[in-house]
Amino acid sequence: MRTRALLVAALLALAGCTDPAQDGGGPAADGGATGTLTVFAAASLIDVFTELGARMEEEHPELDVRISYSGSSALATQLVQGAPADVFASADETQMARLEDAGLVTRAELFAANRLMLAVPADGSAGVTAPDGAGIPSLRDLVTGDPTMAVCAPEVPCGEAAAQVLRAAGLADVPDTYAEDVRSVLSLVELGEVDAGLVYVSDVHAAGDAVLAYAFSESARAVNRYPIAVPSGAPNAEAARAFVDLVLSDAGQAALADAGFQRP
Amino acid sequence: MSRTREGAGVPVPLLVPAALGVAFLVLPLLGLLVRTPWSELAGQLAEPAVGEALRLSLVSATLATALSLVLGVPLAWVLARSRARGRSVLRALVTVPLVLPPVVGGVALFLVLGRQGIVGSWLDDAFGITIPFTTAAVVIAETFVAMPFLVISVEGALRAADTRFEDVAATLGAGRWTTFRRVTLPLVAPGVAAGAVLCWARALGEFGATITFAGNFPGTTQTMPLAVYLALQRDPDAAIVLSVVLLAVSLATLLLLRDRWLGRTGAA
Amino acid sequence: MSLQASVGTRRGGLHLRVDVEVADGEVLALLGPNGAGKSTFVRVLAGLLRPDEGRVVVGGEVWDDGSTSRPAHRRALGMVFQDALLFPHLSVADNVAFGLRTRGTRRAEARAAAAGWLARVGLDGLGDRRPAELSGGQAQRAALARALVGDPALLLLDEPLSALDARTRLTVRAELRRHLAGFRGGTVLVTHDPVDAMALADRVVVLEEGRVVQAGTPVEVARRPRTDYVARLVGLSLLPGTGEGRSVRLDGGAAVAVAEEVTGPVFAAIRPESVALYATRPDGSTRNLWRERVVGATPHGATVRCELDGEVPLVADVTATSFAEMGLAPGAEVWAGVKASEVAVYAR
Repeated sequence: MRTRALLVAALLALAGCTDPAQDGGGPAADGGATGTLTVFAAASLIDVFTELGARMEEEHPELDVRISYSGSSALATQLVQGAPADVFASADETQMARLEDAGLVTRAELFAANRLMLAVPADGSAGVTAPDGAGIPSLRDLVTGDPTMAVCAPEVPCGEAAAQVLRAAGLADVPDTYAEDVRSVLSLVELGEVDAGLVYVSDVHAAGDAVLAYAFSESARAVNRYPIAVPSGAPNAEAARAFVDLVLSDAGQAALADAGFQRP
Repeated sequence: MSRTREGAGVPVPLLVPAALGVAFLVLPLLGLLVRTPWSELAGQLAEPAVGEALRLSLVSATLATALSLVLGVPLAWVLARSRARGRSVLRALVTVPLVLPPVVGGVALFLVLGRQGIVGSWLDDAFGITIPFTTAAVVIAETFVAMPFLVISVEGALRAADTRFEDVAATLGAGRWTTFRRVTLPLVAPGVAAGAVLCWARALGEFGATITFAGNFPGTTQTMPLAVYLALQRDPDAAIVLSVVLLAVSLATLLLLRDRWLGRTGAA
Repeated sequence: MSLQASVGTRRGGLHLRVDVEVADGEVLALLGPNGAGKSTFVRVLAGLLRPDEGRVVVGGEVWDDGSTSRPAHRRALGMVFQDALLFPHLSVADNVAFGLRTRGTRRAEARAAAAGWLARVGLDGLGDRRPAELSGGQAQRAALARALVGDPALLLLDEPLSALDARTRLTVRAELRRHLAGFRGGTVLVTHDPVDAMALADRVVVLEEGRVVQAGTPVEVARRPRTDYVARLVGLSLLPGTGEGRSVRLDGGAAVAVAEEVTGPVFAAIRPESVALYATRPDGSTRNLWRERVVGATPHGATVRCELDGEVPLVADVTATSFAEMGLAPGAEVWAGVKASEVAVYAR
């Protein structure tokens, strides 16, 4: 056991991590959190969590916030393999359930929801017809031709959602590529390499004028709900709790709303 | 007898790091094998998607190697033999894909060969050809990443080759092209073979540029590394099985080729 | 005239300036120390190197005229290099047939010609071997066959024997002599071994530091060397001086008695076997008697070649027995005597 502890310490030192025992945080003199806060967050949260992380550091000057963004599935895998994180924010409940099954999470709270939109390049697109303005169209109505389409791979949360809406719309064989995460889909649309892509509302917000996006009725069938949790064994549980509170607070919810997320 | 004694005398300062090096390279593979759920192996292999990805990987890596040979051997010759002024700059440029993150390479390929790319848009307008998300894109992405390995290997072989043989050929009436074909190329054949193997292996494992530029579609562009990565998102056991399959096939191929070459050089 | 070459070129520190002519059937040896420019010159003849200036004409065809240069592969020549340089990936027969194939001869015909030449150089039946399976002498014979099979107008031999061991060199040299005798074109042989030059060449050109310093038949060059380099090669002591009747006043001050009347600048040349050594001053009529010191000694078969320094620098051959009896180690003081009739004198 001792050798293993030594090994872990050595690996942590190699990875540039500081010793959790010293860094574990705790109330500083002014009552704020200290040490390092490590957050694992779904790629779609990159803009809003970066903003919330900065706010967290402002409120707790002694605290160093580090956020790792990736596909929720990849992050969940890393956590199961023992990655030391204080907070995990997933883009769907499936991945959080994996951690619950592994006994790493006991209480997860939903903090946001996201639904898919059909994104097309800003300068228009072949195979996709703009809605005529009478209410929310169906995906079927929007996809009139055979556009080159990118969606997330079925292995990742946005891909599960995409598969559901495509099935519902009877368009399951339209996609030409299954990207590894939703931001890759967005990039392909922005680059104009595909005619259309299914991305989250929040991604459309992040992209600004770079893409056009259309809401469609089938998206209601596949709403992703975002859970957040403090995994057991979080090195800095106190700061983690404070961060989760911030996300759930009115200010956090406002920031999420600004970024295009819905309430869960 | 004294020969054996000399051979056995590996100096300790070399032996210890060498043993550590072997352990460092081999242990992760052993870990993979230990963790492999062998009971699932048969089931995974029966999956048509796995066979498809494996076939696509082998075909595209082989095509990428062929393309690298066609373009890379002449390029290596230019680097090794020509006295053109910008040669060192050219060499640096050629090796850029070695240090460039493959994902960036994929984006760069988009900017040139994508539908909106400099060459790609022209191909699209003039011939209606789009490259991304096709098997051709897989081959191109793999070639981009893997060809430098071939070029470096062949250039090294050309530099090490005795150029006096080329002089001899010239005095025997062989022009530069004949000399290259009938003398230089056979002389550096072992270097070309080694480079081709490296190139093939690199192409087989290519992930970043492929998923970026060629996308990920079963049967068309989903190679084994892509299948492994995506399987890892949901089912790590499946990913391990796929990796072991890829490993076994590539090792078998390399050993087979190696034996053949060794047999040939052994006879010479 | 088969070959007329007048070539000037700079390579690194070497400034090469050579004019030679070689008749059909003639063998010209280019003799000289390393770095004299011999190989550079034959590379120019072969078209492997472009000269800065000059003219190379072979059999009436202009190969180089200072501005245009015919590439090597368009020149009707055969070349043999020091290390045979048989292509390791081809069989011996394919090596020999190579020059015919590149010049468009059909495979079967080229094979037959190659087999014929292999038989002529004594490699009958070895055509299917790989070059690595041949001995050094066999490889050099195959290289000669490869160079001659195309019936070239000019044959270039660049140190063809120097990579061989002494015994092999003897036999290959003898065979080479036979093949050269049957060759109709001109031959240029590069060597630093005077024996090669004497045995194989009709004429010798001595090259030092890029310049021709002496030219003549092998016998002339061997008998009457004009530079220290050649003198040392042929084992003579070369003493430049001025003729003063029956004596030559050396540039160093000493006088050498000679058998005939001479005047003006001359060389006096003394063969090592003409020098007699004495431990004490001998009595008698020897007119050339000098006090010398042994500065070097090399065994040479049954004799020992002693390098002497003193009034007159000399080389002397003594029997191994005398060498031991006289206690001639380097540093020993001796008397050296040479009969006037044994001193060769010729104009400088």
